[in-house]
Amino acid sequence: MPNLEPNGATAPIAIRINGLRKSFGDHEVLKGVSLTARQGDVVAIIGGSGSGKSTMLRCINFLETPSAGTIEVAGDTIAMNADGSAKDKRQLEKARQSLGMVFQNFNLWTHMTVLENLIEVPVHVLKTPKDEAITRARALLARVGLAEKETAYPAFLSGGQQQRAAIARALCMNPKAMLFDEPTSALDPELVGEVLQVIKGLADEGRTMILVTHEMRFAREVASHVIYLHNGVIEEEGPPEDLFGAPKSDRLKQFLKTVG
Amino acid sequence: MMSGFEAIAAAAALDLLAFSPPGWGATLLAGLGNSVIIALGAYGLGFAIGLCGAFGKLYGGPVTKDLLAVYTTIVRAVPELVLILILFYAFTGLLNQALLSWGMDRVQISPIITGIVVLGVVQGAYQTEVLRGGILAVPAGQIEAARAMGMPSVLLARRITIPLMTANALPGMANLWLNATKDTALLAVIGFSELTKATYQASATTKAFFVFYPAAMALYLGISLTSTFLIGRIEKWARRGQRDVRG
Repeated sequence: MPNLEPNGATAPIAIRINGLRKSFGDHEVLKGVSLTARQGDVVAIIGGSGSGKSTMLRCINFLETPSAGTIEVAGDTIAMNADGSAKDKRQLEKARQSLGMVFQNFNLWTHMTVLENLIEVPVHVLKTPKDEAITRARALLARVGLAEKETAYPAFLSGGQQQRAAIARALCMNPKAMLFDEPTSALDPELVGEVLQVIKGLADEGRTMILVTHEMRFAREVASHVIYLHNGVIEEEGPPEDLFGAPKSDRLKQFLKTVG
Repeated sequence: MMSGFEAIAAAAALDLLAFSPPGWGATLLAGLGNSVIIALGAYGLGFAIGLCGAFGKLYGGPVTKDLLAVYTTIVRAVPELVLILILFYAFTGLLNQALLSWGMDRVQISPIITGIVVLGVVQGAYQTEVLRGGILAVPAGQIEAARAMGMPSVLLARRITIPLMTANALPGMANLWLNATKDTALLAVIGFSELTKATYQASATTKAFFVFYPAAMALYLGISLTSTFLIGRIEKWARRGQRDVRG
């Protein structure tokens, strides 16, 4: 399904999912879904709980192994074994290094300070010189409003601060695209805004991102393309003004009514 | 006030513990040194086995998992004393038979190596389980985050999993260290002159049981107190970044 907004079909493809299926035992969670994100696209995946939206996102970097279908990251189709696991570890690691993932539960490493969290992968995996990584990390921390917290351990930060640090950690790898898995679902309501603001800033600067979210207003505001998943199938997709302004399917109408 | 008799007895006890003959102090200290060397060696070997065992049990293939299950089950089922006797007599016997049949000379395995290997194999089985528990208690999300960022698995174990599990595993690992120091006493049965054997020799020769056994107890207590102090420091370091759960 080519996505024409906002960069037209000419921008290079950042992430492509084709005919993705995923089963847990007998239960098929994804029943053949596809998605194309070109550079600069912001794709929001919405849907009820159990619709398969997180699983779809987690299949992109193989945190869940697909049962069928193909995943392409930055023009590179990830080779798969018959069981869906990645065939070539090095290829998968390379693909993962180009994707910055942000989790619902932040998942900062608790034995490291905020700054150490940010430079861990750049220094030890990507072999960025340490002083260069630190300079970049400090700039990112300033950007997400955590300049004062670089020596703090994650356990001593609020949820909103932890999530902003986690976003900075993902950015510190210079990723080609960002994956957000319900980034505000574990936050107290008053902390949601500060995190959304950071994510919006990234969207505004033209970063490619795929975002699983429950925040409908936010999805409408930042997304260039919205996908509505229901029971493992893409029920409806298109530009946000169409999906939120004039939903076609009854299920989406129903869904928007319950979450709206 | 000390009576004259007690003063003489105390002076005699000190003479018995003197470092130069006829005092037995040097023998006891040499025994203590041997005990500490064996405990350190066995614990280190056990740690190498335990770390591989824990990762093998969690992430290994089915054959690896089965072999490790057999190892931990058998070693933890059989008394250490029996294992020591088996390894020291049966194993060296078999080894020498094999060597002779291949036309080589028989070897004498040094008791200190035997001690380290036997106690290390025992330690390895217990440490496998303690470390496995420590790894299981690491929040899955933190390992997943490292994986999602493309960290290769060996680096991930070294930088993320092992540091995170250290705090979880430390109380159990500290217990095993104290066990290791005391299990060295079992090596007395194969005639190895660690602290208990040295104490036995000294008191059997002089009949001053009430001098040497309390002295040995004090030395064991010294090991234990030093260990507890060091473990406390290590635990504080390992828990960096964690909130105090005692509130």
